[in-house]
Amino acid sequence: MGYYTPGEPLVDGKAPDGPVAERWQNRKFEARLVNPANRRKLSIIIVGTGLAGASAAATLGEAGYNVKTFCYQDSPRRAHSIAAQGGINAAKNYKEDGDSVHRLFYDTVKGGDYRSRESNVYRLAEVSTNIIDQCVAQGVPFAREYGGLLDNRSFGGVQVSRTFYARGQTGQQLLIGAYQALERQISTGTVSMFTRHEMLELIVADGKARGIIARDMVTGEIQTHLADVVVIASGGYGNVFYLSTNAMGSNVTAAWRAHRKGAYMANPCYTQIHPTCIPVSGSHQSKLTLMSESLRNDGRIWVPKNQADCDKDPRDIPEEDRDYYLERIYPSFGNLVPRDIASRAAKNVCDEGRGVGPEVDGTRRGVYLDFADAIDRLGRDAVANKYGNLFDMYARITGEDPYAVPMRIYPAVHYVMGGLWVDYDLQSTIPGLFVTGEANFSDHGANRLGASALMQGLADGYFVLPHTIRDYLADGPFEPIGEDHPAVVEARESVRARTEHFLSVNGTRSVDSYHRELGNIMWEYCGMERNETGLKKAIDLIRGLRDDYYRNVKVLGASESLNQSLEKAHRVADFFELGELMCVDALNRRESCGGHFRSESQTEDGEALRHDEEFAYVAAWEWAGLDEKPILHKEDLVYTAIEMKQRSYK
Amino acid sequence: MNVTLKIWRQPDAASEGAIHTYEVADVSPDMSFLEMLDVLNEQLNDRGEEPVAFESDCREGICGNCGLMINGEAHGPEVTTTCQLHMRSFTDGDTITVEPWRADAFPVLKDLVVDRGALDRMIQAGGYISVNTGSAPEAHSVPVPKDDADRAFNVATCIGCGACVAACPNGSASLFLGAKVTHLGLLPQGQPERDERVVNMVAQHDHEGFGGCTNIGACTAACPKEIPLDVISQLNKDLRTAIKHGH
Ligand SMILES: Cc1cc2nc3c(=O)[nH]c(=O)nc-3n(C[C@H](O)[C@H](O)[C@H](O)COP(=O)(O)OP(=O)(O)OC[C@H]3O[C@@H](n4cnc5c(N)ncnc54)[C@H](O)[C@@H]3O)c2cc1C
Ligand code: SF4
Ligand code: FES
Repeated sequence: MGYYTPGEPLVDGKAPDGPVAERWQNRKFEARLVNPANRRKLSIIIVGTGLAGASAAATLGEAGYNVKTFCYQDSPRRAHSIAAQGGINAAKNYKEDGDSVHRLFYDTVKGGDYRSRESNVYRLAEVSTNIIDQCVAQGVPFAREYGGLLDNRSFGGVQVSRTFYARGQTGQQLLIGAYQALERQISTGTVSMFTRHEMLELIVADGKARGIIARDMVTGEIQTHLADVVVIASGGYGNVFYLSTNAMGSNVTAAWRAHRKGAYMANPCYTQIHPTCIPVSGSHQSKLTLMSESLRNDGRIWVPKNQADCDKDPRDIPEEDRDYYLERIYPSFGNLVPRDIASRAAKNVCDEGRGVGPEVDGTRRGVYLDFADAIDRLGRDAVANKYGNLFDMYARITGEDPYAVPMRIYPAVHYVMGGLWVDYDLQSTIPGLFVTGEANFSDHGANRLGASALMQGLADGYFVLPHTIRDYLADGPFEPIGEDHPAVVEARESVRARTEHFLSVNGTRSVDSYHRELGNIMWEYCGMERNETGLKKAIDLIRGLRDDYYRNVKVLGASESLNQSLEKAHRVADFFELGELMCVDALNRRESCGGHFRSESQTEDGEALRHDEEFAYVAAWEWAGLDEKPILHKEDLVYTAIEMKQRSYK
Repeated sequence: MNVTLKIWRQPDAASEGAIHTYEVADVSPDMSFLEMLDVLNEQLNDRGEEPVAFESDCREGICGNCGLMINGEAHGPEVTTTCQLHMRSFTDGDTITVEPWRADAFPVLKDLVVDRGALDRMIQAGGYISVNTGSAPEAHSVPVPKDDADRAFNVATCIGCGACVAACPNGSASLFLGAKVTHLGLLPQGQPERDERVVNMVAQHDHEGFGGCTNIGACTAACPKEIPLDVISQLNKDLRTAIKHGH
């Protein structure tokens, strides 16, 4: 122990009983109504306008509530959701290949290694079909067949075709759809949009979430915004690792500030590592680029059998000297094994010294993704048709021609399954604070299947939140609070004090240099593979670095102007605290599951070993104060419609 | 390699700006242009000078956030976004001029950061399909011919970066507008509001202070998503039709 204090068990009181297929219908029916005339008097703040936030804002605005939304970019259209490539799942069964709501539910729970919530995942599968209808009506140009009907494909190790896509830019098209719906509400005046505004604090008054403190990133003004309900849709925190596939500005601040005010943080150590990213090329690197997983449908993954061949031109290495390691170890799934397995296998071969590509810090971290066979079989044109834009992107970034030389890939941090704890209504442990999309924890367990995050963001925003928020608001409007309420004053003052602190330290190191160092610690000790010694060491290192940060960071410029170093200073401060909690969470979970591999817990042949008797729970952490031990609340995961099984892909 | 940068610095919207010169050493050809600017900013910070403000987020060519005039060209010498421009497109010893997007409708906020809110306001004027959430018909109830769907997708790939505006001598946003009008106009879902959409969006365009299109084509040449020039013909055609219909 030593690193945390055990707390009371946690129960999700909102999840209805009864057959899993009826739970959402029942919950919707029980949720109380708000009369249309009263909706205007009720106000909602939404932080974040990615798929989760924009869809919620558009829908709640359209329902007649008074909505204010915030994002840190100059336009909601630039939220990180825009970058999603592969597609979005839905149980439409358009191919008559045996898909159903139940099968999507089953695959998602299994893919999450039985660490997600049964009721939530069922609901996700249930509303998935409405999402496609909604997006098509908005004009999202999904891929179609010659008959004019929607096309779909199979994706990420799934055996049915249920992934809808718009070439390799599905996230962009879905976000533009939600953004346009949002802009429509803005023009009718139901939603006001605050771009270039960053939430820096949550206001909790008399036990309820009642507003936020935001900084206008152009003028530096510290603003107070009050409401009856606050929704956090601020996306994931993968940037704690510094290098990830996330956008540069993705951060944990909104969620972390809520955590410090009483919202529990669930399963923070569950990080998804994506197997097909472009490897790091040098120490200047600022972010990593994902190459869509669909490449694994035709590309073959290999490394040289002999270390001596690693710096040779791959085309000169004969077949018999190549190790197609996924096909060798997992003959039935081959190159299509799930993300966590593909990632770890790549790391293992590179750790053995058989990685390829340039040496960075003494090791070659790359494996080949080879299309030579596919080009022989299908022809260059067919390959270009399917993957052309990805090949172009690869060529632009690496300066190499992937049609001629095999691509090089390596795993990278991609998505976080952890996030703020929410109940079935998507409400956090703070009444009136709802959390959606990647910022919450509930639907993906320890590993996320491809094409399911987009589905969750839109399901939450278009179809779940409007019902559950309505039930909460049926008690409103709440007693108005003024800007002089002690909770408001406290929140505003704490933002001012932190801002002033960062600008006054005037030390010697840039914010970025600390962020990079924190990221290295996290990747080294809390990345794909973790163990007790490493995690303990990481916690010490993070604490030391954080102390140094507060004493020695150098942030120039003023608060009353556009100041990007100051923005980063706030974000990195929160990453330090989050990073420490991730290590504590990982330390507690002495099992391997999903994207999280504890080296102490493996089968004889080196595969991940789960311990369901001991760890089939959600770890929900309560903030106890800086330098205090966090409090661990466990929510047992109960499966009634599904049986827990060990995963096997051999 | 080593490069000399001549960068536009402007403390805020109200102040005068000026070009400042900086040297950056040990630039790797694998760096993106923005990573090279990151290196410069680290050096400035170390020297106690405020880093250069510039925008970027996804750094993979899809969010439309980054955008710089590099040696007078929007996004620089390659047809791509600034974040996907790499230093291997330059040579050792080059002098590179870096300025913000130029256009009356995009006021400078600081250094290389401009305000592109006008693009959102044009979308607010009608760049959407009015459909209430939860009331959508089954997706297969309205087939869309594959060719139309593909073409709608091609023009829907606009990332809203504003390079077309910055490249246009008239500061026109016709390519951006044409892309949206064409995307929605190609789909059956987009028909009911088609006339109203184009009229309102064009009115907003002019109201924002964007210039008129005189068919120069600099927009398409600079567009990282290669949005074709004929979306502007489509825009004009739709506008004429709407006027004929009495709008
Ligand atoms: C490269 C890539 C490819 C992917 N491909 C797929 C795929 O094919 N299929 C799939 O299902 N999923 C995919 N994902 C995952 C998926 O895209 C994301 O999980 C999802 O889009 C997150 O949506 P979101 O709305 O929760 O958050 P985001 O889209 O990240 O939006 C966050 C919002 O919060 C705002 N914000 C953040 N902090 C603050 C603050 N403090 N104050 C104010 N505003 C704030 C931001 O401005 C933004 O508007 C991919 C992810 C990546 C990185
Ligand atoms: S049309 Fe092209 S240049 Fe113009 S905003 Fe869109 S993507 Fe950028
Ligand atoms: S940073 Fe997103 S397009 Fe360049």
